[in-house]
Amino acid sequence: MFKVESLSSRIGKIQILHSLDFHVDKGEIVSIIGANGAGKSTLLNTLAGIYTPVEGKVTLQDDLISGLPAHKIVGKGLCLVPEGRQIFPGHTVKENLTLGIYSKYYKDRKHVEENLERMLELFPGLKKHYHRIGGNLSGGEQQMLAIGRALMSDPKIILLDEPSMGLAPKIVNEILEILVRIKEEMGTMVILVEQNVKAALKVADRAYVMDQGKFIMNGTNEEISSNPEVKSAYLGIKVG
Amino acid sequence: MDLFLQYLITGLTVGSIYALLAVGFVTIYNVTGVLNLAQGEFAMIGALSCVTLVNLGIPIFGAIPLAILITAIIGLAVERLAINPARKATPIVLVVITLGVSIFLKGMGLIIWGTSPKSLPPLVESKSIEFMGAVVNSQSLWILVVLIAHLVVLYWFFEKTFLGSALRASEKNPRAASLMGINTSTMSMIAFTIAAGLGAIAGVMIAPLTDATYEMGFFIGIKGFVAMIFGGMHSIPGAVAGGLLLGVIEAFSGGYISTYYSDALAFGFLLLVLFFRPQGLFTKATGERV
Repeated sequence: MFKVESLSSRIGKIQILHSLDFHVDKGEIVSIIGANGAGKSTLLNTLAGIYTPVEGKVTLQDDLISGLPAHKIVGKGLCLVPEGRQIFPGHTVKENLTLGIYSKYYKDRKHVEENLERMLELFPGLKKHYHRIGGNLSGGEQQMLAIGRALMSDPKIILLDEPSMGLAPKIVNEILEILVRIKEEMGTMVILVEQNVKAALKVADRAYVMDQGKFIMNGTNEEISSNPEVKSAYLGIKVG
Repeated sequence: MDLFLQYLITGLTVGSIYALLAVGFVTIYNVTGVLNLAQGEFAMIGALSCVTLVNLGIPIFGAIPLAILITAIIGLAVERLAINPARKATPIVLVVITLGVSIFLKGMGLIIWGTSPKSLPPLVESKSIEFMGAVVNSQSLWILVVLIAHLVVLYWFFEKTFLGSALRASEKNPRAASLMGINTSTMSMIAFTIAAGLGAIAGVMIAPLTDATYEMGFFIGIKGFVAMIFGGMHSIPGAVAGGLLLGVIEAFSGGYISTYYSDALAFGFLLLVLFFRPQGLFTKATGERV
């Protein structure tokens, strides 16, 4: 189980997150939705160790991970797929994937090979580009590569920041299906941050609604998607 | 024609020395975001410690790797003691720190080796070789071969090894690299160590051609810097090409016009590059797919 208790974070002098509490259970996809500037990306970056929280506790299976630097948090089993994918454009697909398992590369080469094979099985589209540089892939393929790269480290929980950004609906659906597969086959916990609320609620088990650095609502995806406020503010459905 | 070839070989020899320095600049700049103004000082330390080791009676082919090793360790110490503690500072502060390091190292060089120029005995017995009509110093050819070998090893390291791949990833995008579990602070340490080693090789190679003094670092550092600008600051192949180009420009302007003007022409060319192609001569226009 992944647990966040009264987490606060600031960038420079501005406090972005205000005492957030939430949790993700094993085998669960939790979606965090909210408008631009609500603090969703800051939350993910704080969890991943890019920003250090000013207050609060983050535990992953009773292991305290808040306060650790980003590269150590990966080793604890939390991996972030950052906004805008941020694959290494000059590296080949294989190199990108291999970097995902950086900390184990020198210790267990066989494991690296196994994971590479598993990623190609999970993302068959990457196979034909395996030895080509990542910068030449299409947006959807780059997103698959970014997710595959994160999964290489065998994360217990994977965080995705706007994976649907700039992608065609068909590809968004493919990515969502893969998230469900990851959850079901590997029991990986998933935190999905999306502005595409409709898509996010389709696969999430539960959702939190964020506004100005606070959670204003949470519940199962049925509860959230039937809520009149969410409907009007995020789903574009006129109520009453 | 024979003169042309002679100038070309001289230019490539000196140019490959600049290339090594430029690769050092690029490696540090891209991994840490720091323009390391002490890069030339690494060449000075490499050259002078090699002279000292040779004077102690160590054969030249043992002295060279030892001098490179010593300089690399100094590079590592510079990163750990001066750069790493200030890692959170702005890039301009870090650049000023490297300026301080440069002055410090030069001062240490003055204390240890004094002001008189020192020369390194030739790597091989110096004799002139006729090559397609051009008279070439065997020393130059030998240096050229050594440098090409080093550039090949560098290429192999950055492109074919996993550590090289991780370094390139940290160069490209430090934040994404840290999300992969790459410790960017370790990468910064490795970058400084490699850059110092490259500087030392450049110093050891240039010492038999010109004399080595405690203040040689400044000018050779500038040359490496110019080579890096030619190449566009971000690319290792670009830095190599930039170094070779600078060497060739110097050799031809020195040969066909006057050695008095060779620096002026080289720097004049730098201004032209900065006016018309500030992104570097060898970089393609870049675009990011969104």
